[in-house]
This record gives sequence, structure tokens and C-alpha cells, in this order.
Amino acid sequence: MAGQILLIEDEPNIAEAIRFLLGRDGWQVTVLTTGQGAIAEIARLGPQVVILDLMLPVRSGLQILTDIRADPATLDLPVLMLTAKGQERDREAAFAAGVSNFMTKPFDNNEMRAAVRALMGGT
Amino acid sequence: MVAALSGSKLRARRMALGLRQGDVAQAAGLSASYLNLIEHNRRRVPQAVLARLASALNDTPEAFADGGGGAALDDLRAVALAWPTAELARADEFAQRFPGWAEAVLAMHQRSLAQEAAIAAVNDRMSHDPHLSANLHEVLSAVASVRSTSVILAETDDLEPEWQARFMRNLDQDTARLAKGAEALVRYLDSGGQIDAQGSASPQEEVEVWASGLDWQIAKADIPSALSAPARDMARALQGDVRADHASLPDAAFRAALAVHGPDPLAIANALNAAPFAAFRRLAFAPDLGLGLVACDGSGTLVLRRAVAGFSLPRFGAACPLWPLFTALAHPMQAIETVVEVGAASPNAPRFALRGFGMVSHPAGFGGPGLRRAMMLIIPAGAGAAPALGVGATCRTCQRTPCPARREPSILAGATVANSGPNSGPNSGL
Repeated sequence: MAGQILLIEDEPNIAEAIRFLLGRDGWQVTVLTTGQGAIAEIARLGPQVVILDLMLPVRSGLQILTDIRADPATLDLPVLMLTAKGQERDREAAFAAGVSNFMTKPFDNNEMRAAVRALMGGT
Repeated sequence: MVAALSGSKLRARRMALGLRQGDVAQAAGLSASYLNLIEHNRRRVPQAVLARLASALNDTPEAFADGGGGAALDDLRAVALAWPTAELARADEFAQRFPGWAEAVLAMHQRSLAQEAAIAAVNDRMSHDPHLSANLHEVLSAVASVRSTSVILAETDDLEPEWQARFMRNLDQDTARLAKGAEALVRYLDSGGQIDAQGSASPQEEVEVWASGLDWQIAKADIPSALSAPARDMARALQGDVRADHASLPDAAFRAALAVHGPDPLAIANALNAAPFAAFRRLAFAPDLGLGLVACDGSGTLVLRRAVAGFSLPRFGAACPLWPLFTALAHPMQAIETVVEVGAASPNAPRFALRGFGMVSHPAGFGGPGLRRAMMLIIPAGAGAAPALGVGATCRTCQRTPCPARREPSILAGATVANSGPNSGPNSGL
């Protein structure tokens, strides 16, 4: 069974490009366009990796990440934070909240694919 | 160039004639804000401008000229005061022996002050401007999508026609969005804080620029359609307040109370049985008094700013926590007055009397929250020997050190966080 990825991204065209890229690599990608219901979707889907935009409607990526790390079931879930806000303080805040990796937009497609592969355990 | 002291003479003459600043500025072909800076000795007066102002005031330029270089010497001494290694006692000798060098030092000092002001403004915008941040985010998001999508199109040899069509459509959408976002960004940066047709400035800024252009005489003004819809709503609300202020504090009664009590909003409000905030606005918006005003809501956010020369107000973000505005916010219904000096610590630092007052309202009655609001009147004060509290506009551009209330280091050269010991660094607030 292909590895499951939950992509939480409110920019539909970016989400579509990522879904295509990772789908071609064999991953199963589910897209959420707001932060609402993210935790419930993670519990339902059981993804191996979450790709999380920092600035989301309803709930921010940092809030969602904090909830993920607060739940013992998802304490070690790999999370790749993706954001147009590349300032150092955002990066520091994301790592302080327990993010696994951090990429800024605009991103390199191959770097994105490599980052996901690494979070999947190098498979 | 004529030295700065001319400004005080011009102001005194205008007030003696009972003329409004805006009227004199118009007669001399100047903006009211520029004349305001001149009158408060914040700008030097070129001879040609002085001649026009003198004509508008029915006098000769000589009547307003400073006495033969005395003010230039004062300026030079002020520069020396800011540099402990400069030989203050020999300023006269320096100016006489090396007039060209003295002029160069003064010019560099003025340029330095102007650059500091520009840095402060740009930093304020870059750090706190939510509109700039939103514009940049929009552009970066569009660029991210374009880049990722175009690479897919260029490098995927076996792309299915359906995906190809979808990505081409996305590219079309994103490039249009990118062009629009880039235009908005350029417009916004070009506007330099002014309003543009698309309302790039915040609604509050739009209202303040509009009101400032009218020297805050907005009671009977038309609200321009060029303002954004939110700004027009805010302008109408402010205009409603101002009209109510005039109704509760009519001109003759207000002037009579002012003559008795001076710029004391609480005494004036009490004398005329008016609301305290009405008296604050009435005083601050009077065109001939040269007073400033800030108001904040319960979060401490500045919701109204009327600037006064020499007292910088942050355009965005948090203000100086030492302002009595915030003391008044925390202690409603108490008159809080503090004499302050602003800018870098110096014997010549401009002084102001700041009068703050806070209130709590319950617009929804017992069932609703109490809403705090505070106002602070900014009154230029003359030099004095009594100690004054050093304040700034906001920590990032304030050069005062040490400061127990500092949140973060200043970006301006020479300013450092002065706290020391185990808690060295900005006050954590904890």
C-alpha cells in the first residue's frame, strides 16, 4: 500500500502541483484546504507524513502542529512545514513546536520530493 | 538658509494676528504640515519661503530672521552635546575659524536626523505593516505555484493531456494573480504611506491622511469617494464624534473654558458638562493650538493618531509602554500626567506634557463586556530643569538606553539594550 500523505494547503494550485508530484512518486495524497478538522482527518487517515502550510484559514499551521505533538499517538508523526513566510523567526517557531522539516515557498520540486522521501524513511 | 529660531517668530506673529495655520500656509503656497514643522523649528526656512511667509503675515522677512548666525551656533552646540568628545566650549571658535567645516558638520547632522527618521518609517512599515505582509505573501504564493507548475510542465515528458490542460489553466491563473500582486506591491511601496486608489494603506491611515490634509477640520468636510469603503465608514464615525464634540463644546464656550483652564481636557469637560474624550479631541483638533493626540482601545492598539512636531507616533505595532496613555488605560477615571522628553537623551531633547485619561464603557449593558479606551493629549513643553521621563515612539527605533521597559533592541546605530545582569536583554514581560 502506498504511503499516505496529508497535505494541508489553502492555495489550490500549489496543492494540485504537490499532489501531482508526490502522486507520480507513488504516494497517496489527500488534500485539506483549511486548518479546520485537520486533527480529526489525521486520526481518520493515519498518514505517514503531514505537509502543513503555516498560514491557513481557521487554524494556523503552528496551532495544528502543537496539537499533533500534544497527542501521544502522533507525537512522532513526520511533519513538513511549508510556508511563504521564510523569516528566521517563523522557522525557529516551527522547530520549537516540533516540526520535522521546513521549506519555504517558492520551493524546488525535487527538493520537496526528496524531503518527503526522507520523512517516509528513505523509501 | 535662515536658522531654526525663525519658526517661533513666525508662529508668534501668526497667532498674534489670529490667523489659522492652514490659511497662512495657503497664502504662502505651502502645505499646512510643512508650515507646522517650520513653526515648531523642525525645518529650516529657505529665504524664498520666508519672504512668502512674511508677506502672508504682513511683515518683512527681516522681522523673522535670526540674528546673524546665532541659531547656527546653537545648532552646532546641539551637535556637540550629542558627542561627548566634542569641545563644546570651543563651538564659537570652530564656527568662526572654519565656517565651511561648521556648515558641513551641521549639514551632516541634519542628514543623519533625516535618515534616522526615514529608517524609522521604513522599519515600522517592514516590521508591522499587515498590508505589506499580505501583499508579499500573495506574490510569494503565486510565484511558488508558477515555479512548481512550470517545472512539472517542462520536465514531465509523458504528462497526460488532462493534467497538461489543468496545469496550463493554473499557470494562466497564477501569472495573472502574480501580475496583479506585483502591481499592488509596487503601488503600495510607491505610495510612501499615502492612500492610493485601491486603498493599499490601512483604513485608519487613510482616515488620518484625509483628516490631516484638512488640518483635522473635518466636521463639515465631504468624505472623498477615493477612500476605501472601510476608511469611509471610519471617517464617518470620526466625523460624527467631531460634530458631537462641537455640539457639546461650542466654539465660544470652549474658547472661554480654554482661556481659564488652559489645555486641560478634564477641567474643560467638567466646566462645560461634556464628555472627557470630547474635550481631548476638541483640544487636539483645534488648528491653532499645535497639540497632538493618540487614542487606544483595550488592547493598547492605537486607533487614532494626530501627530505633533517632535513627538513621533508609530504607524504600526506597539508604542512606547512608558506613555501615560497606557497607565490611563490600566487605571480608568484617573488623570495621569507625565512630563517627558523624547528622542536620544540630550539636554536639548524636546519636552512634552502628556495627559492621559481612560474610561470603561458598557455598550451592551450588564450583559456585555466592559470596553476600555484611553486618550493622551500631547502638549509641547518648553525646556525645564525638572527631571522628565525619557520616552520614545516604539522600541525598535528608540535610542534611549538604559530603559527598563525596552522590549527589543533598537535598530538605530548606537542604541543597545542596556539591561544587564542575569536578565540582560529586552524585558521579557514575564
